[in-house]
Amino acid sequence: MAKYFPNVDWQIMWEATNQTLFMTGISVLVTFVLGIILGMLLFLTGKDNMWENKLINTVIGAIVNIFRSIPFIILIVLLIPFTVFLLGTMIGETAALPALIVGAAPFYARMVEIGLREIDKGVIEAAKSMGASTWTIIWKVLLPESLPALVSGITVTAIALVGYTAMAGAIGAGGLGNLAYNYGYQRNQNDVTVVATIIILLIVFVIQFIGDTITAKIDKR
Amino acid sequence: MISIQNVRKIFPFKEGQLTAVDDVNLEIKDGEIFGVIGYSGAGKSTLIRMLNGLELPTEGTITVAGRDISKIRGSELRKARQEISMIFQHFNLLWSRTVSENIAFPLEIAGIKGPERKKRVAELIRLVDLEGRENAYPSQLSGGQKQRVGIARALANNPKVLLCDEATSALDPETTDSILDLLVDINKRLGLTIVLITHEMHVIQKICHRVAVMEKGKIVEIGSVLDVFKNPQQPITKRFVQQVSEPEETKEIAEHLLKCYDSGQIIQLTFIGDSAEQPLIANLIRRFHVNVNILQGKISQTQKGSYGTLFVHIDGNEQEVNKAVDFIRSQQVGVEVVSNG
Repeated sequence: MAKYFPNVDWQIMWEATNQTLFMTGISVLVTFVLGIILGMLLFLTGKDNMWENKLINTVIGAIVNIFRSIPFIILIVLLIPFTVFLLGTMIGETAALPALIVGAAPFYARMVEIGLREIDKGVIEAAKSMGASTWTIIWKVLLPESLPALVSGITVTAIALVGYTAMAGAIGAGGLGNLAYNYGYQRNQNDVTVVATIIILLIVFVIQFIGDTITAKIDKR
Repeated sequence: MISIQNVRKIFPFKEGQLTAVDDVNLEIKDGEIFGVIGYSGAGKSTLIRMLNGLELPTEGTITVAGRDISKIRGSELRKARQEISMIFQHFNLLWSRTVSENIAFPLEIAGIKGPERKKRVAELIRLVDLEGRENAYPSQLSGGQKQRVGIARALANNPKVLLCDEATSALDPETTDSILDLLVDINKRLGLTIVLITHEMHVIQKICHRVAVMEKGKIVEIGSVLDVFKNPQQPITKRFVQQVSEPEETKEIAEHLLKCYDSGQIIQLTFIGDSAEQPLIANLIRRFHVNVNILQGKISQTQKGSYGTLFVHIDGNEQEVNKAVDFIRSQQVGVEVVSNG
C-alpha cells in the first residue's frame, strides 16, 4: 500500500471518509423529510387538488425553482451569513449542512411532486368515496402509493449530495473533497486524489445499490 | 332511499359552460337495483358522482339515506360516504396493499381495530369468493378478481347504497356476468340499494329493476326494465333495446329475405312474461290461410320476468295476412311491421 500510495495517511483518509458520510447521512435524512413536506405541499395546493391554492403553490414553486437553479458552489458562499448566524461558524462538517440541505431539498421536492402526480387519480377518489380525510389520504394513499418514486428520488438526491459534500469541502467543510483539494491539488499528491475518488465512488455505488434494492422490494405494481 | 330533485350540474369553462346534468328528478326506492344508461357524455357519470358528493350539484337537492348530500360538508360528509359506497370501472385498488389490506382500508377509516377488523375482512373475502387470494397484490389478480376486491371493499362498512360507476365496462362478457350475479346476490342477501350506470343494455337487462335513459344531461325515459324493453318510447331507448334484442345480422337477413319473397310481411313480435308461453304461431297457422316462416327468435331474462322477440315472415293473400296481423295485435303481443314484401 505504502508503495503505491506514498502520500496517503490512512488515519486522515478514514477521518475524511467519516466526515463525508456524516455530511451525506444527515443532509439526506433532513432532505428526505423536508423534500417530502415541500413536495406534498406543492402537490396538494396544485390545480384540482385537495388544498388547491394558487398563491401558496406559486410561492413554494418559485422558492423551489430559485434554490434549485443556483449552482451549489455559489449557494454555499451565498449562505455563509445564514450559516454563521445559525451555527456561529462556517468551518467544519456541521457548517456544511445548511447549504447541503438548502441545495438538495428543493431538488428532491420536485421529484416528490412528480412522484405524487403519477398516482392514479381514481385511487385518491376511491379513498375519498370511502370517507377518508385528507390526512388519511396523505398517510395511507399518497405516501405508500408513491413510495418507490420517493425512494428512487432520494437515491438520486443522495448521490448528488455526495458530490455537493466534496464541493463544500473545498471551502473548509472537511471530508474527502477537502482532502483531495488540500493534499491532491495544493500539494500535488495525486495518489491522495485517486484514493479519495475511489472511496467516493464506493459510497455512490453502495447508495445506488441500497436504493435499487429497496425500490424493487417495495414496488408491487 | 335516494331522492334527486331539480338537479343541475354546470361545468364552467374559459369560454362558455357545459350543462352535464340538466334538471333531473329521480326517486330510487330502498332495495332497488336502479340502472342509468346513456352514451358517453350523457351526464350519467356526473349524476352518480353527485350521489356521494364527489361532485356537487349547481342547483337542486340530493337526499341519500336521509342525508342532504348536496349540503353537508367535512366530517358529516365523510360519515355519510361510509354508507354510500362506490365501485369503479378501473377498480381503483391500492397497488401497495394486498387483497386483505385493501379490504381493510375502509375499516381503518371507520376506526375499526384489531381482531374485529380481521374478522370482518375474512367475512368479506368469503362473500366475494376470494378465499386463498388474501395475500395477493392487485397486480397479481385478474380484472374480475380486482372488481371482487372492489366490491368487498365497498361493502366493508355495511353501506346502505352501492354506486357502480361502469363497474363491468372493463371486463370481458363472461366476467361481467359473474360480477353482475354477485351484485344481484348482494342485493338480495343484504337488501342493499344499488345504483349503476352503464352504456351496455345487457347489464340493465340482466340485473336492474328499473332503468332511466339519459341523453344530453336529461332523463328522457324511465320505467321498469320490462316495460322499457316491451315498449321503448324514445329513439335512443329503441337503439339501446336493439343492442340486446336484435342481433346485428337481423337487418341483413330481413333484406335478403325481402329479395327472396316478393309478397307477405316481415314482422317483429315482442313477447312479455306470460304471453311468451301462448302457442301464437300454431294458432296463427290454424286460423288463417297464411304461411309463417320463422326468421329469428330470442328470449331474454330480466329481474322481473322474461321477454322475447321473434322475427317472422307471413305470406299469403293480402287480406289473410292483414287479418293475421290484426289477430296478433289482439294477443297482447307487440307487433312491428319491419317491411312489406
